[in-house]
Amino acid sequence: MKTCASVLALLCLAIPLSFAAAPKGEIKVGAVFPMTGPSATFGQESVNGMKMALTSINKKGIKGQSIKVIFEDDKGEPVEAANAVRKLITIDKVLTILGSVASSNTLAGAPIAQEAKIPLITPASTNEKVTMTGDYISRTCFTDDFQGVVMAKFAFETLKKTRAAIIVDNSSDYSKGLTKVFREKFTSLGGTVVGSSDYAYQQKDTDFRSLLQKIKRENPDVVWLPGYYTEAGLILKQAREMGINIPFLGGDGWDSATLQKLAGPEGIKGNYISSHFSSEDKDPMVQSFVKEYTKLYKQAPGAMAALGYDAVLVLADALTRSKSLSSEDIKQAINSTTNFQGITGNITIDKNRNAQKSAVVLETTATGFVFKQKVSP
Amino acid sequence: MDLVSYFGPLLQNAGVFIILALGLNLINGIAGQFSLGHAGFWAVGAYVGASYGAFFAPAFLPDFVNLLISNVLGIIAASIAGVLVGVPCLRLRGDYLAIATLGFGEIIRIIINNLDVVGGPRGFTNIPHWSNLFWIYLWVVLCIIMLANLLRGTHGRAIISIREDEIAAAAMGINTTKYKTLAFVIGAGMAGLAGSLFAHAQQFIHPSSFSFMWSVIILLMIILGGMGSMTGAIVGAVFLTFLPEFLRLCGETVSEWRMVIYSLLLILLMLLRPQGIFGKHEFNLKRLWPSKGGAK
Amino acid sequence: MTEQTSYFFWDLGQYLLNGIAQGSIYALVALGYTMVYGIIRLINFAHGEFYMVGAFVGLFLIQAHLPFLIALPLAMLGSGLLAVMVERLVYRPIRKAGKIQALITALGVSLLLQYLGQNLLGADPRPFPDALENKTYMFGELMISKIQIIIILTTVILMGALRYLVMHTKIGKAMRATSYNLEAAELMGIDTNKVISFTFFVGAALAGAAGVLVGMYYNTVEPMMGLIPGLKAFVAAVLGGIGVIPGAVLGGLVLGVAENLVIGFWVSTYRDAIAFAILIIILLIRPAGLLGRNTREKV
Repeated sequence: MKTCASVLALLCLAIPLSFAAAPKGEIKVGAVFPMTGPSATFGQESVNGMKMALTSINKKGIKGQSIKVIFEDDKGEPVEAANAVRKLITIDKVLTILGSVASSNTLAGAPIAQEAKIPLITPASTNEKVTMTGDYISRTCFTDDFQGVVMAKFAFETLKKTRAAIIVDNSSDYSKGLTKVFREKFTSLGGTVVGSSDYAYQQKDTDFRSLLQKIKRENPDVVWLPGYYTEAGLILKQAREMGINIPFLGGDGWDSATLQKLAGPEGIKGNYISSHFSSEDKDPMVQSFVKEYTKLYKQAPGAMAALGYDAVLVLADALTRSKSLSSEDIKQAINSTTNFQGITGNITIDKNRNAQKSAVVLETTATGFVFKQKVSP
Repeated sequence: MDLVSYFGPLLQNAGVFIILALGLNLINGIAGQFSLGHAGFWAVGAYVGASYGAFFAPAFLPDFVNLLISNVLGIIAASIAGVLVGVPCLRLRGDYLAIATLGFGEIIRIIINNLDVVGGPRGFTNIPHWSNLFWIYLWVVLCIIMLANLLRGTHGRAIISIREDEIAAAAMGINTTKYKTLAFVIGAGMAGLAGSLFAHAQQFIHPSSFSFMWSVIILLMIILGGMGSMTGAIVGAVFLTFLPEFLRLCGETVSEWRMVIYSLLLILLMLLRPQGIFGKHEFNLKRLWPSKGGAK
Repeated sequence: MTEQTSYFFWDLGQYLLNGIAQGSIYALVALGYTMVYGIIRLINFAHGEFYMVGAFVGLFLIQAHLPFLIALPLAMLGSGLLAVMVERLVYRPIRKAGKIQALITALGVSLLLQYLGQNLLGADPRPFPDALENKTYMFGELMISKIQIIIILTTVILMGALRYLVMHTKIGKAMRATSYNLEAAELMGIDTNKVISFTFFVGAALAGAAGVLVGMYYNTVEPMMGLIPGLKAFVAAVLGGIGVIPGAVLGGLVLGVAENLVIGFWVSTYRDAIAFAILIIILLIRPAGLLGRNTREKV
């Protein structure tokens, strides 16, 4: 009893101290990203891009106010993402939330934001279900419906492959969604998907040899692997070691510099992914972003950095257009974003609160991702 | 009003853990059966409650009725799990019982992880938000009353005797199997209740929230409070629910070392004061101030 | 034989081979569990962490360009020393207290090491550098990699060394005596404290070796890597008969093969569940384990 009372008393004293009132002229925005954990580079890059955009916006401010972002780490786990969203809403009282990256994590936090009527914009979650949560949830990237089709067509029409094996990450909504889309499109184009069921793994798995053995049996000529780079890298490495030399295809989940390190020199060769952005894009806006980012962070920006950057700009634009700072108005403004020119393309938020944007197909090489083709919706 | 929105979720969590701790206390502390799989029963209750909420709940029923149904379903499901786990495991002693229950707890978690229909490794999202402070604490009070009555009666004494000396109890004619299983099933049912309340408070559940690590944290709560003491279980649960928040206020770094602090706490407790704060006894004013001729 | 059936047998062989390689690793870790349990009746939950520490020490040494044959014994030494430290500081004082207290303390140590590791080394998995060029050899459709050969060879050598130690040396005799009856051994003039510390050292050294081998086999190490393999190695020890040294080896191999058969013929996501299922079945049907002796409780 005494311990309980003293702890409670201490807490009651400490709480008011931590509730520093926001200085006048600040718009509080929350951000939930994976800063640590398996997809840490996604979070780190996104935040880098966001900070770049914030510095440039806060130079002029929005109607005299600057944006203050409170960053939370979701560690790449859905439970943490849900907790982070809840904390940002109940304790920090943010007006909008940006995040997260992995669809499963955004899906965990979105219902909480929707119920609390706080707008949430995800820069990178591509699974359909995310924006179906409710009208306060929107995204500034394309969806897997589009991405999966792009890669299915690439496999069939460009690479001329007809027998695909599918390896799916069962712990990821993103992976499962993309798998479904790819299978439907690939078979409708005339290709076959081998194997009686998809070959499944889970995040944090490290040994894929038995799985790859089963695939080798089926003799596919291409493999669809819509997972995250941590496992994809290991799978590529082990596949090459086992003599599986066919191309592997992936989605934007592979887009990280860590992929090269994990896959090794043999594993990285000859694979393709779809993504949002290529630093080789000749567009002057993109090039100036790439130059500034590289100068600031000493490495070339990947898709996540570009998406983070654009998301902040879209939010700032919405805040400028919004009639007031009430959540209702902010939501309205975000959902009516039209023809916003971002560095990842032209962003219009449609009636399902998704952005219709083009994708790029990149080839994986030891020196990075090389641009192959651009596909518009 | 800031304090309400800050303390609200924290107190709700504390309530959930109080129920969990009371349940585990009944099994480990009062019946003396060392179970390390409590989180498994918690998971069963949470997923059953969440499934009811997301798939079967009729919209026309008011929230609190739905919550009630969800809780009852959670209790029943977890109790059934308790029977299925208890019957084979309770034949074992000490170390072996601990490991067997750990195994079952993990098996339950892995099965849930493989059930796509409840989200599997992606978690179960969009659970209706029916829990609130009032209902959680109403259940807490009901649990305390139920346990207090149980322990004062014949059944309670039988259960306690098993902890004190199982062989002697059997020699005295007590059906040890029946009472061990009874304690186990009641404890499991309480965990199931806590699960359902938890699911409807968090709105999102994931198999990782019910891992072996959590069984250990609940265990730490009752060890801290004193295995065998209901008051101890309550105090331990509240303390360990508030501690991470308190640590967070002490700064980012201290908060990151939270689990290290917990494990050190566990080790130090075992080395220096294994009986915890209250030992086997309840909070009793007479103990605080022993007076002349006072009964102890 | 049709092509399908021949493939079936080749696949089966592959799973058996993978199972033996993996089982060897479980065996190495299980040996430590069984030796410690045999001598002081303690389930050392923290054993998985000795394995993890070995893996990390190996990682750092190999990153510093030390050859495998030097890194391995040094990693074993590292784990062994940690175990001795833990035994002295934590387990020895708790030995007099009840079994449950000891179990909880072991749990505490396990958590402490895991989370210390996480905070000091970062929770992210680190790639293990290629210490030995990996080559694969094909026998028909059967594929065996150099690393698998090294794992099996190392395990055989270490187990042989252990058997020699336990059966043909004085300290081995002391270990056997202490595990048979601690008080009697003390009365016979054996310094049981030293013997116990030595047992911890050897058990942890074996686990540390397993950690390095695992780092090479799976190419990643992370601070929490000891938790599940630790539990599985415990299952292996129980399966074989806890306290019985050959039992740990048998249990480890059986578990490894069972796991790979599950991955091969069913779904890999249930691979961990099979270990726990085996545990429960063994505890219910034959708690003494495959090679264990049954001790009746006397009143």
